[in-house]
Amino acid sequence: MSEPFLIGDSMTGGYGKGPDILHDCTIAVNPGEIAVIVGPNGAGKSTAMKAVFGMLNVRSGAVRLGGEDITTLSPQERVIKGMGFVPQTSNIFTSMTVEENLEMGAFIRTDDFSDTMDQVYHLFPILKDKRHQAAGELSGGQRQQVAVGRALMTKPKVLMLDEPTAGVSPIVMDELFDRIIEVSRTGLPILMVEQNAKQALEIADKGYVLVQGANAYTGTGQELLADPEVRKSFLGG
Amino acid sequence: MSDTLKHTLLFAFVGLLLLLEGTTTAFGVFSGSWNSSLTILNMGLISAIMALGVNLQWGFAGLFNVGIMGFTALGGLAVVLTSMSPTPGAWEAGGQRILLALVLGAATIAAAIYTYRKLAAGLTRTVAMLAILIIGFVIYRAVLDPGVAAVESINPALEGNIGGLGLPVLLAWPLGGLLAAGVAWMIGKTALGLRSDYLAIATLGIAEIIIAVLKNEDWLSRGVKNVVGLPRPLPYEVDLQGDPAFVEKAASWGLDATTASTLYVKLGYSLMFTAVLLVLLWMAQMALKSPWGRMMRAIRDNEVAANAMGKHVTRRHLQIFILGSAICGVAGAMMTTLDSQLTPGTYNPLRFTFLIWVMVIVGGSGNNFGSVLGGLLVWFLWIKVEPMGVMLIELVTSGMSEDSGLRAHLLESAAHMRLFTMGLVLLLVLRFSPRGLIPEK
Amino acid sequence: MDFLNAFVALSNFVLIPGIAYGSQLALGALGVTLIYGILRFSNFAHGDTMAFGTMVVILFTWLFQSWGISAGPLPTALLALPIGIVATMALVLVTDKAVFKFYREQKAKPVVFVMVSLGVMFMMNGLVRFIIGPGDQRFGDGERFIIKAGTFKKMTGLDEGLAIKTSQGITVVTAIIVVALLFWFLNKTRTGKSMRAYSDNEDLALLSGINPERVVMITWLIVAALATIAGTLYGLDKSFKPFTYFQLLLPIFAAAIVGGLGSPLGAIAGGFVIAMSEVMITYAWKKVGGYILPESLEPEGLAQLLSTDYKFAVSFAILVVVLLFKPTGIFKGKAV
Repeated sequence: MSEPFLIGDSMTGGYGKGPDILHDCTIAVNPGEIAVIVGPNGAGKSTAMKAVFGMLNVRSGAVRLGGEDITTLSPQERVIKGMGFVPQTSNIFTSMTVEENLEMGAFIRTDDFSDTMDQVYHLFPILKDKRHQAAGELSGGQRQQVAVGRALMTKPKVLMLDEPTAGVSPIVMDELFDRIIEVSRTGLPILMVEQNAKQALEIADKGYVLVQGANAYTGTGQELLADPEVRKSFLGG
Repeated sequence: MSDTLKHTLLFAFVGLLLLLEGTTTAFGVFSGSWNSSLTILNMGLISAIMALGVNLQWGFAGLFNVGIMGFTALGGLAVVLTSMSPTPGAWEAGGQRILLALVLGAATIAAAIYTYRKLAAGLTRTVAMLAILIIGFVIYRAVLDPGVAAVESINPALEGNIGGLGLPVLLAWPLGGLLAAGVAWMIGKTALGLRSDYLAIATLGIAEIIIAVLKNEDWLSRGVKNVVGLPRPLPYEVDLQGDPAFVEKAASWGLDATTASTLYVKLGYSLMFTAVLLVLLWMAQMALKSPWGRMMRAIRDNEVAANAMGKHVTRRHLQIFILGSAICGVAGAMMTTLDSQLTPGTYNPLRFTFLIWVMVIVGGSGNNFGSVLGGLLVWFLWIKVEPMGVMLIELVTSGMSEDSGLRAHLLESAAHMRLFTMGLVLLLVLRFSPRGLIPEK
Repeated sequence: MDFLNAFVALSNFVLIPGIAYGSQLALGALGVTLIYGILRFSNFAHGDTMAFGTMVVILFTWLFQSWGISAGPLPTALLALPIGIVATMALVLVTDKAVFKFYREQKAKPVVFVMVSLGVMFMMNGLVRFIIGPGDQRFGDGERFIIKAGTFKKMTGLDEGLAIKTSQGITVVTAIIVVALLFWFLNKTRTGKSMRAYSDNEDLALLSGINPERVVMITWLIVAALATIAGTLYGLDKSFKPFTYFQLLLPIFAAAIVGGLGSPLGAIAGGFVIAMSEVMITYAWKKVGGYILPESLEPEGLAQLLSTDYKFAVSFAILVVVLLFKPTGIFKGKAV
């Protein structure tokens, strides 16, 4: 099998000089795929994603994007390399309008980004209606759309979402997942951490179940959903 | 070198400076006068007490008080109100009215607070509160103004103020602390528990207002006319010089009566101030080591965690803010006693707020001994920066002609070097030695 | 009753001075609020930054006057203003590099920044006093009035005169231009938007590739310009004295907090709230009352709520009320 497009390969590390949280953990995603990281609370799901994004010290292992080793780059440099990241909280500029949020997403671009903005509006039509409204005034689901839209404005080569459905209602969650599938259909690889394991694995091409910072089960979404061990331990039977 | 030795040497160094000041005129800096040395020591001791108070707030609790000047001035006011004899007739003429007005003013605010607490939020409450405040203010002024006018018209050249209670002046020291504590309570209630900057702004404001009150309320403090001739806890020099026993004793030490009497009084103050400083230092040390002190520092280092552990952070902060301010009030009262006059016009934030901060930071915030050292050392420097600045400028401009305009301007401006130097010292210490000379353990 | 004369008197003694003073406070408070929004601390050196800028303007005004250069009916200081702005920009950039940058890299607590700014304040204060001295300086020249009280009386036939000083007119016009430019910059330009983004959400701004050091630098540049303009306008309107500028800190902070620290719109609103309250509470209302009240109700005294010596008490009282009831200010600022 060839090297995946984005891979966090056998990562071990932790925050600052603190103890290791990840132990030999591997996460990867390919174009057109949705990869989902699930696991119990405190399993290091978000930590694994942050490791891929360069927000903690990876002491051994590597992160490679399109074959290039980016382990030592800062998060800002990774954005320039083509990684789009949507943090779990404070992921929008609340006092700025939706359109300004998107513009700030494209801050590093020097070319004309109006067509990217049109694509985002096409993907999230509600944002176009509310583009002159302050993002902080929108509903939870709409805010997440702004956050994803902001990350898409750099035309990233890979999109990473940290618990995009945290704190939204089940209906909004379904809608958000639909949008994410739509984004994925454009060929953009998506790496996502999810609390709602069952729903997330249903749309996942690839699933990683982490336990205590290490890979416990890996497979396609359907395989994991079918696996009795995984069902028993994490999906509530 | 052990820490204890190093710290002892630092204190010995200050002692040496004072000794040199008393004995030699070498280096062009020292004046060779024991009189001057004791003057510096006395103000140094008072500064050390203020620094102790500020260290309590900043070093223990991380509270940023920029209103030290105000609390100091309140201490000074307490001396006037406690120790001056009452102005004859003032109480009957207007004093009672003024007191009544102040009670009415307080009642108005209390009524407004009561209304705020009792009524539900809404337009009615706002209107009711405003009505109470406006009517209360009109009544307050109507009662107050004639009283003030009456008091101020009594022999304005010498008195024109309400005078004091005629109590022993030493009583003013704790009372000064109480007065400062009262104002600190009001400020703390308002600004603590909010962002740390707000306390700084609020204390900066209250200090300016306290000074404005002292400068303008002639009936209270004679304003810029100053209150002079405050009673002293020690005998007057003139009386000593007239005392044959004292003159004889002085002669036996080889001193003339004038010098001996000045030194006697100054030394007396030094001893009294040292006693107060030692008591406060002992209390501060006890507090630091007590569970209360440990908790304070725990709160300072991690407010969120302390809060989560069920510590009432804001209430603890209020306690220590009041205590620290009270100490500044005591020191302010001591200073006014030493000067035996209250001169509201001379309070300025540089000297009474900022300089104390430099002392705390240079000495070592969080360490009581550090504050005392900082108080003594920085005060000495403060006195000596000016002659050193003039010397420096003279040196720099020595090449210029005698009548050069630039040279004259530079020499004239040398006094402002103090501000610049102290600012620089603070920044340098904060940057390169933020723990100060005697760091927190 | 004579409403027209009452209104003219009110305008002359309250509204016009209040608006001019309010504009000066608003410009000052804008500087404080921008620093707070971007660098996240209360800059106690702001009053002395204003003093420094004004000092440079005064020195160059004197130089221009000695060369015989003038701006006709307008004060010469306006010609010197750009030089003052540039000098202040240089000063604050040097200060930032030498002092504040270190603490930014350390991620020091805001209260440490405030204390450091106190040190900077005293150094700047010392510098200003060293160069120009602690005394009062008047540097306004050109026409003193746009309308003189006497002319107004003749024109309208009213008993009350209305005088508008040139400095007041210039203050208001300049303030409007500056505020318009600032809001255009913040809302329409890429750099301005990146400043707002950084103020709103620092982490996300970093993720979006916004360079924090650049944002900080531009903030200082704008603040230097605002401080110099505010200081010069205040000095033209009243007079320049280093200590007065230090004291302006209180009404300026009050204005910024009342409006909501970090909110530019709030700073402007706050500036006018504070200025108007100050002028109205320390104004002797006898004259206005004399026109509109029936004779029997005319006030006996000056009808002045507080003596002008207590104008700081007004700012302070408003500040306390806001801290007690609405710590985030009128326009929801960032601070709690």
